[in-house]
Amino acid sequence: MRVVEPVVELARGLWTTFRMMVDKPVTIQYPEQKKPVKPRFRGRHVLKRYDNGLEKCIGCALCAAACPADAIFVESSENTDEVRYSPGDRYASTYEINMLRCIFCGFCEDACPTEAIVLGDQYELSFTDRRQSIYPKEMLIDPVPEGISPTPQKTRPGEFTRSVPEMKDPVD
Amino acid sequence: MNFLLVLEWLIKGFVWALVLLGGFAYLTLYERKALARIQSRVGPNRAGPWGILQPIADAVKLIFKEELTPAKADKVIFTLAPVITVVPAVIITAVVPWGPSFNIFGYHLTLYIADINVGVLYIMSVASIAVYGIVLAGWSSNNKYAMMGGLRSSAQMISYEIALGLSFVSAILLAGSMRMLDIVSAQSGYWFHFIPKWFVLLQPVGTAIFLIATLAEVNRAPFDMPEAEQELTAGYHTEYSGMKFALLFMAEYTKMIAISAIGATVFFGGFNGPFVDQYPWLGPVYIFVKIIILLFGMIWVRATFPRIRYDRLMAFGWKVLLPLSLALVFITAVGIILAQHYENPSLLGIIPMASLLVAGVAVAMIDRTLRRKDYARR
Repeated sequence: MRVVEPVVELARGLWTTFRMMVDKPVTIQYPEQKKPVKPRFRGRHVLKRYDNGLEKCIGCALCAAACPADAIFVESSENTDEVRYSPGDRYASTYEINMLRCIFCGFCEDACPTEAIVLGDQYELSFTDRRQSIYPKEMLIDPVPEGISPTPQKTRPGEFTRSVPEMKDPVD
Repeated sequence: MNFLLVLEWLIKGFVWALVLLGGFAYLTLYERKALARIQSRVGPNRAGPWGILQPIADAVKLIFKEELTPAKADKVIFTLAPVITVVPAVIITAVVPWGPSFNIFGYHLTLYIADINVGVLYIMSVASIAVYGIVLAGWSSNNKYAMMGGLRSSAQMISYEIALGLSFVSAILLAGSMRMLDIVSAQSGYWFHFIPKWFVLLQPVGTAIFLIATLAEVNRAPFDMPEAEQELTAGYHTEYSGMKFALLFMAEYTKMIAISAIGATVFFGGFNGPFVDQYPWLGPVYIFVKIIILLFGMIWVRATFPRIRYDRLMAFGWKVLLPLSLALVFITAVGIILAQHYENPSLLGIIPMASLLVAGVAVAMIDRTLRRKDYARR
């Protein structure tokens, strides 16, 4: 004979939901308040530069080859010492990512031999026209650090012959 | 029948209809806010401060939405069904008094629209008209889900209407009248100078049955079978859009307000409260507060309990609530006869005690049935 327990069980259920009313809401008021993303968050791609202002991307198109969604298009051209974009022989004269195709898997990041392409923190990627879905190199690349001349730079001959830098163990 | 009386009726009817329709709009906001708080969310807060303009935004959106009528639907009934659903929901509260009568500028003002001597009967009959709207909406949509939703709702409403009516009967017996004003005045006064003479204390189990049966009557969770999303897409209003959908939605929420107002009147003392005799304007305030609390109860139950299975819903209505409410009518009648026979009102105290005893037996029996292994498998 259980008379009180079933009623108490119902009341316990009600009390549980009622108690939740005093909890602080977990809501984040999005456009005004933004939650910082996690260190390994995969947002919009960023093309990195070296400290001296040269682009890390050498136009090898390994990212395009690794891309499972075929979202990346790379066209490379020759560097010279007078017109130098990146170390080594070649640079990416065109670098486009179709954001409608990209699935943010990060394979491009893994494939890159120079750590030039990185999936960054930016996640507000809405656009109103499908033509705007193609992000050209100018949108993706990091700005030149202050006090450093922008690419193309004029460099001394024989200084930037190595296109892939010496790598350390990867960090987040 | 003079001009002033007609004017008074017009104004009161207009005001009450506005209160119901505005109340419907803000009940949606109230529900969304309360549910959000229970679920650790904030709820609508963009349209105006604290989201108070949200109902207006919803209304504008629904008005400008495209009205779709299915090609093979029965067009006349399809259009008429929302109207049939809304009208009873709005007129059902006409008999609910929302304050004591008082004199203002030498004019005797009564705070109710109609004073019918069979008020409770009126409520029951009007409430059962609403089911036609839902059944017709389901049938005329020419859609199997809508049809099943409509059928379910008719079966459910008819089943629970009996329990609802019988729980009213104990209140009628205690008040000795079907007039809503008599029921309210029977609940005025205090025992031992501080316990209000509300029927919820004389007939707690009857009140519980009333509250459960009303949830089923207005198709609210956990008895929202007719619109069980997981099984029937949206039930009887699957094919409705735009303003027709808004009317069905309005009927549901207006019925919630109406049924809360009726419950507050019949079991929770209506407009009675401290100092209501000296200050008549407190009456509407008290009944408003009681309605708000009962509505919160409905929202709270929705946030807590999962939807129960359809066969168990019917079993609960017919095998538990109906016999239990019949027993309560018997107990109430016996208690009243004893109190009258021995001319000792304190004998009324056996009504709540015997009711709770019977309810305890019912709970124990339900519990035993639910624990039987073959029942769980079924």
